[in-house]
Amino acid sequence: MALDAKIPKGPLADKWTNHKNTIDLVNPANKRNIDIIVVGTGLAGGSAAATLAELGYNVKAFCFQDSPRRAHSIAAQGGINAAKNYQGDGDSTYRLFYDTVKGGDYRSREANVYRLAEVSANIIDQCVAQGVPFAREYGGLLDNRSFGGVLVSRTFYAAGQTGQQLLLGAYSAMNRQIGRGKITMYNRHEMLDVVKVDGKARGIIARDLVSGEIERHSAHAVVLGTGGYGNVFYLSTNAMGSNVTAAWKAHKRGAYFANPCYTQIHPTCIPVSGEHQSKLTLMSESLRNDGRIWVPKKKEDAEAIRAGKLKPTALAEQDRDYYLERRYPAFGNLVPRDVASRAAKERCDAGFGVNKTGEAVYLDFAAAFMRYGKEQAHVKGLDENDDALVKKLGQEIVKTKYGNLFQMYEKIVNQNPYETPMMIYPAVHYTMGGIWVDYNLQTTVPGLYAIGEANFSDHGANRLGASALMQGLADGYFVLPYTIGDYLSHDIRTGKIPTDTKEFEEAEKTVVDNINHLINNKGTHPVDYFHRRLGKIMWNKCGMARNAEDLKSAIHEISDLRAEFWKDVMVPGSADEFNEELAKAGRVADFLELGELFAKDALQREESAGGHFRDEYQTPEGEAMRRKEFQYVSAWEYKGEPKDAVLHKEELSYENIEVKERSYK
Amino acid sequence: MNLTLKIWRQKGANDKGKMVDYSISDVSPDMSFLEMLDVLNSELITKGEEPVAFDHDCREGICGSCSLYINGEAHGPDRGVTTCQLHMRMFKDGDVITIEPFRAKAFPVIKDLIVDRSAFDRIQHAGGFISVNTSGLTVDANAIPVNKHDADESFMAATCIGCGACVASCKNASAMLFVGAKVSQFALLPQGQVEATDRVLNMVKQMDEEGFGNCTNTGACEVECPKGISLENIARMNREYLAASLKG
Ligand SMILES: Cc1cc2nc3c(=O)[nH]c(=O)nc-3n(C[C@H](O)[C@H](O)[C@H](O)COP(=O)(O)OP(=O)(O)OC[C@H]3O[C@@H](n4cnc5c(N)ncnc54)[C@H](O)[C@@H]3O)c2cc1C
Ligand code: SF4
Ligand code: FES
Repeated sequence: MALDAKIPKGPLADKWTNHKNTIDLVNPANKRNIDIIVVGTGLAGGSAAATLAELGYNVKAFCFQDSPRRAHSIAAQGGINAAKNYQGDGDSTYRLFYDTVKGGDYRSREANVYRLAEVSANIIDQCVAQGVPFAREYGGLLDNRSFGGVLVSRTFYAAGQTGQQLLLGAYSAMNRQIGRGKITMYNRHEMLDVVKVDGKARGIIARDLVSGEIERHSAHAVVLGTGGYGNVFYLSTNAMGSNVTAAWKAHKRGAYFANPCYTQIHPTCIPVSGEHQSKLTLMSESLRNDGRIWVPKKKEDAEAIRAGKLKPTALAEQDRDYYLERRYPAFGNLVPRDVASRAAKERCDAGFGVNKTGEAVYLDFAAAFMRYGKEQAHVKGLDENDDALVKKLGQEIVKTKYGNLFQMYEKIVNQNPYETPMMIYPAVHYTMGGIWVDYNLQTTVPGLYAIGEANFSDHGANRLGASALMQGLADGYFVLPYTIGDYLSHDIRTGKIPTDTKEFEEAEKTVVDNINHLINNKGTHPVDYFHRRLGKIMWNKCGMARNAEDLKSAIHEISDLRAEFWKDVMVPGSADEFNEELAKAGRVADFLELGELFAKDALQREESAGGHFRDEYQTPEGEAMRRKEFQYVSAWEYKGEPKDAVLHKEELSYENIEVKERSYK
Repeated sequence: MNLTLKIWRQKGANDKGKMVDYSISDVSPDMSFLEMLDVLNSELITKGEEPVAFDHDCREGICGSCSLYINGEAHGPDRGVTTCQLHMRMFKDGDVITIEPFRAKAFPVIKDLIVDRSAFDRIQHAGGFISVNTSGLTVDANAIPVNKHDADESFMAATCIGCGACVASCKNASAMLFVGAKVSQFALLPQGQVEATDRVLNMVKQMDEEGFGNCTNTGACEVECPKGISLENIARMNREYLAASLKG
């Protein structure tokens, strides 16, 4: 199948408007006769479910948590971008588009990103109307802050809990539709397969996680808003339940999987403390607005700090290496995530790390306390030269901006970040790869759509801060509700899709067989044992820096581990009850397949781009080296074992942006 | 550390549960409470026993999934944290730790330590929203200025994570703190005014139907709330309710 991205003709700035003007619509009276399944109720799925229901479709929404409000989007901290130019600092749709394409290292689709920038301003209007309590200035207007990789202040936020507030907004829109009976909500349900009838997605097989019952659900179209697959690394900033199962099952049913190796490693996470660790915690990147990142200049000092003989606060200014400010004077601490992450790893690998394991750098707020404190003292007419007072005033300001993050840090690390600099290290955070979709967000399976982090389209090889929330909501509120109508307009006479057909039967059987196999296996090791091992292979060989040799061995190791898993996994209990181990086993089984495709994709991509760094391809200064011949999307077609997957390429052309060496110097 | 855990085990909603003792060794003070339970579970599975079921997801104090009544306190002994943020450094070698599900008539047990908190969702279906279409074709966001103090207060109320600790720690199993927080978020914003009357009446009605108890102003909820939601929100809800009833 040739990949057709279905990008509308015409000038970039008019594509979306023209497209909306020409696609087919469904008459409101007919929408009542059309069912849509939305799997996932995070920002993407939640906003889509609410909007589709409001348009008049019958929506069935699914999530594995006990309530849509707990979807992983709730954890997003820093903020959401929008080209509002409220600060008058020169922002515009074009500039947001430009920053996003450049930030993605010219590996995202121009038309999609432009549309994203175009609708971004509406998102803020929408959320404010829904009662999302964004941060305000004293004049009552919205406040903004800035994020890595850009030179304007376009990020809207609600303290360090922006994702929470945005999700509660989408959830409240859903509640209204649930209350009206337009959305039927299936909580604690896990989708385990897509059902295709005559080549079209016509339903799903789901498992009720409480009773264990396997259910058939039909619809005229299926939308996946099931999030990212960062948990293939075992340790990541994702929630424990985040998984690839829905996306992977869709892949097995014919949806191409794009750029699986594009993972974002986030620079500011709390370092790993020991073997028991179950997840990593992010410290929002917005902290880099005010925190300065450094390691000691001298190795002796780093060693003394690691041994606990020297306190960071005792190290003189001239003995500190503010390496981001040194290497990237224009962007300083606000370089994009991939650049900041690699620079931290480089310093730690060179022996300058500051925690026990040598895998941490400092994020220091001392200067910010004084800067804000002086300002406050001035405003309040207090003594600007009283350092203790100034520091205290400054700390109060920082507390209002990032208080919850500081508290979170203290709880985990048991150190007070107001008194001593935070320790941070890069961690797996977000996956830019995902199900391939065209401009309409439709996958290679007709009637099957993918939105939010589950799709691949907007972020390229790297994601700038505050852009995932923007994409999830843009897809769910403003893009999918239009584009899906074009497809559904052909279904107004189809009528209810029956579930007692051979297609549903066959899909259900696949699911049940898989479950029975896991339950009856009676091996010797719990699921986590395998997941941890997979995570180690992924981090060591497919992590921040990769090379051909490691990737080749990773492919073999993962395939062997998968065989071992199926022979030796131990899942207690039975299939017809609440059984978390069983749910986990299914998810890890899928990760074990995805992991191999991930390594295969990384091996195939002989270049460094954004969050994907190949040791063999770097500039003399150690920066990522892009190669023109790799300016395409890798979309993989399922053919059985991951090793047999077939590569399809979507060439990326940049007609409105000059592809340049990405520089933040 | 070596610890003794007394854990509530209950196979399903209709089974009678009981406390079961477990011992666990080599617990590191850096572990979170849930990581400690992970270790216990992997030992149980390896021995061929059933692991203890408990709710969790984000493990960073924001999703509100984790619950647990630990040594008689919702979310355990630390202040201002959820169970997933509770660290084993709060305990001592040799401690006996009692772990039970959140108990309330409106939160039936699903299995072991997991309870069904969907009553909270139903209260919100009854009015926890502003009736605005999601088309994005509304007024410019800055056309609705909000006083910074009100915006901050509204945000503080909105940070409730829906965990249910307030219900679990209340002797009447009242949901007033939760509902108060929800009503307050909208009551403090200009956008929320239009439907204010119906919202509070409908939400309170649903709250009562769900079988939550009454508030007798003991304040245990505020003490145990991991997000510091204050009693002020209950007072605000009562004022809203009174005003609505007079109008209504
Ligand atoms: C700690 C953290 C901080 C972040 N901060 C920011 C930030 O400041 N700004 C920003 O822009 N982005 C941020 N991000 C990224 C952003 O939060 C996510 O990319 C985004 O929220 C993903 O939304 P989503 O709707 O696509 O998926 P999710 O919110 O992950 O939702 C997935 C949904 O799918 C459901 N689901 C999954 N699989 C199944 C299945 N098989 N069956 C049924 N249901 C299923 C889940 O129940 C859930 O409802 C952050 C991410 C993390 C982890
Ligand atoms: S008010 Fe506090 S204790 Fe109650 S549900 Fe909300 S966060 Fe939890
Ligand atoms: S697991 Fe999310 S709040 Fe505890």
